[in-house]
Amino acid sequence: MEGIDFGFGLSKSSSVQLDKVDLTLYRRLEALEPGVRVCMACGSCTSTCTAGPWSGMSVRKVILNLQRGKDVGRMLSCCMLCGKCTMVCPRGINTRHLILSLCRIYEKV
Amino acid sequence: MRERFATGFDPFVLPFLIGMVFVLGYCFFGIFRILYQLPKDDRRRFLVSLITPRTALKNVWDIFCNCLLHVKLWKRNKLLGFMHSSIAFGWFMIILLGHLEVFIYCPERVHLFYYPIFFNYFVAENESTIGGAVLFFLMDFFLLLILTGIGLAIVKRVRSRFFGMRRTTRPSLLDRVGLYSLWAIFPLRLLAESFTAHISGGSFLTIPANWVFRQFLGNDLNLLPTWWAYSIVLGVFMVVLPFTRYMHIPAEMMLIPMRNAGLRIRHPRKGFAKVQVLSCPGCGVCIDACPMSAQKVNIKDCTVYLNRQIRRGNEKRIEEISDKCLLCGKCEAVCQVGVEGPRMRVAQRSARRYGLTPDFAAIDTAPLSRAASAAFSGAAGATGAAGAAGAAAGAAGVAGAAGAAGASGASGVAGAAGGAGVAAGAAGVAGAAGAAGAAGAAGAAAAGVAGASKVAFFSGCMTRLTPSVGKAVCSLLDKAGADYVWLDREEGLCCGRPLLTAGRIDAAISLIRKNEEVILGSGADTLVLSCPICYKMFSERYALPGVRVVSYADYFDEFVQQGRLRFEKSDICYVYHDPCELGRGCGIYESPRRLLGQAAGIAEAEKNREESVCCGGSLGSLTLDFAHREVITRKSLENLYSSRADAIATACPLCLSTFRRYSDRPVRDLAEILDASCRL
Repeated sequence: MEGIDFGFGLSKSSSVQLDKVDLTLYRRLEALEPGVRVCMACGSCTSTCTAGPWSGMSVRKVILNLQRGKDVGRMLSCCMLCGKCTMVCPRGINTRHLILSLCRIYEKV
Repeated sequence: MRERFATGFDPFVLPFLIGMVFVLGYCFFGIFRILYQLPKDDRRRFLVSLITPRTALKNVWDIFCNCLLHVKLWKRNKLLGFMHSSIAFGWFMIILLGHLEVFIYCPERVHLFYYPIFFNYFVAENESTIGGAVLFFLMDFFLLLILTGIGLAIVKRVRSRFFGMRRTTRPSLLDRVGLYSLWAIFPLRLLAESFTAHISGGSFLTIPANWVFRQFLGNDLNLLPTWWAYSIVLGVFMVVLPFTRYMHIPAEMMLIPMRNAGLRIRHPRKGFAKVQVLSCPGCGVCIDACPMSAQKVNIKDCTVYLNRQIRRGNEKRIEEISDKCLLCGKCEAVCQVGVEGPRMRVAQRSARRYGLTPDFAAIDTAPLSRAASAAFSGAAGATGAAGAAGAAAGAAGVAGAAGAAGASGASGVAGAAGGAGVAAGAAGVAGAAGAAGAAGAAGAAAAGVAGASKVAFFSGCMTRLTPSVGKAVCSLLDKAGADYVWLDREEGLCCGRPLLTAGRIDAAISLIRKNEEVILGSGADTLVLSCPICYKMFSERYALPGVRVVSYADYFDEFVQQGRLRFEKSDICYVYHDPCELGRGCGIYESPRRLLGQAAGIAEAEKNREESVCCGGSLGSLTLDFAHREVITRKSLENLYSSRADAIATACPLCLSTFRRYSDRPVRDLAEILDASCRL
């Protein structure tokens, strides 16, 4: 049956089994930048992001993906560290330090 | 003159000799090690600069002024200047005069290290001869000078507030050994020379002292022990010198030629950085200067402690200190030696290893530069149309012609600029004339200068977070009739400075290349920046042939001088805050003040210009959190409030948004103030 193009396909399930995800990276990040815990996913960082329009970078998504054990490498590699996300964060998270720490400990999931 | 000992030797010189040989050996070894550590091109550059007459002379002059006379310290604090220069210059003169004495009286002993130091013990000269009287007088004079300095130093150690220093460093154990032996050297020399004065001669200080001592000391038995003591403290001082802050004495003589040769810190610990660390005298001037010292927890994160930790090799603290710093550059501005604290920290950050490195090569910048150049050429099209219409200004400058065509609604940003050109023309010569042709010609004349340049306005990330600043800059450009385009109105790239200060140099360079593409592709010949962070980056790190990079303060200042912008003075009195990157970073202090002075009243804060206090929002710091930054901002605001001005003006969008968060007075950007009071 392979090779036949029906014009549609079955997409892989995107469900996240929170009991099974690998949170090593997130835990290590927590130790380096505890601020990551207070994120409420408001998206202020994303809406101001300089890199966003070019690459889909979003700090909010990075944090959510980490909590769900997904890979964040592609987004991280676009960050310009401009610091706007830090300035607008209503929770006062040092997002620049968060991203730098993450880049430091990053290993592909 | 007669030599007292035919051998010219006594065992008491040994401690001094050991110390001297040790410290000289250490320094020579150190010099070769540092030269070896320098990158090859730096080493060549340094060595060439040493034999180039111009730099060599500058080196000697700088060393004389800074190491001996402490000119920079005099300018800052007269009492401290006197204290340091009396000790340094006095000691230098005593050594010099000692050598002179040996040269004059016993040239055959010149090769002996210790002879000039202990001359009075070995040689009996009578002060009744002219030479002896003059030399002995000078010797006593400089000894008195040093003793005054030492006296002041002791007072300073007990009460540093007398010298205007709030906080100072706590010396380490070895520092104390060095300090006390330094204090002891000169009183002991006075004693030793006084005890010998009736044999070897003396002057106004040593002869009376000798007379006093002889009143109650019946014999000369105390003579030799005093010379021993003098030699021992000299020896102790020199042996501990390399391990104390007094290493700055020899190191600074290396630092000055290296700086004059134009070297930069390449490695966080080796080569030039090593010389900088060793040159830190640990005086602690940077503690009071550091904006982070607003809080006690952060006091130990200023440059003097960075240098100390690097000398101790405490890696954990070095990392902490390097990451926390705001990179405002104030420690460097106040440092008497010129230790480049911020650069050392950036070098330290750049040595770090990351699991992931950003890469911006994939970003397609073509749409940005296309949009920009289209905006310019749109204006050129309007010029053609105007020329065809037979306006007098047909062939003249772009904006002027666009002005003539303004009524026909030239599209894009340049169209708006053209409209402003008309307005400017009308406000000028032809305001009353009303004849369309005349107005067009006047517009062309007024905008002739503007028409010559295509201006790209790069607002940068921080300006886009405070859009009112960007709008004000554009409005002013409009009013001045400039042909401009806002490069990153919708989307733009970061200038790369935050990456650079975070030590991610490769990523920063890749971003720089992208921005260069955009700007060169737009065809602009002037780049105006509203953010000093970007301005510093663009003017220092970018290769933009044919493009003039200018800060908006400087640019509008030129407009005012050309008469293209005029302001009405308002009653509000502003205090101008010098942003770190614009002031200390780029040396722009005057043009913002001139502009502000035209548009409003101006007051000065207690600490301004080179000593302006960072707003606390700096992107330089990687780890400082909001709570700590708030304290710094409030402290900086206090400094601004000291001027009793009604409102605060600054020329940096980052300072603007940081101050706005906590200030109880209005905070406005220079561009906003100018735009509000601009009179057409």
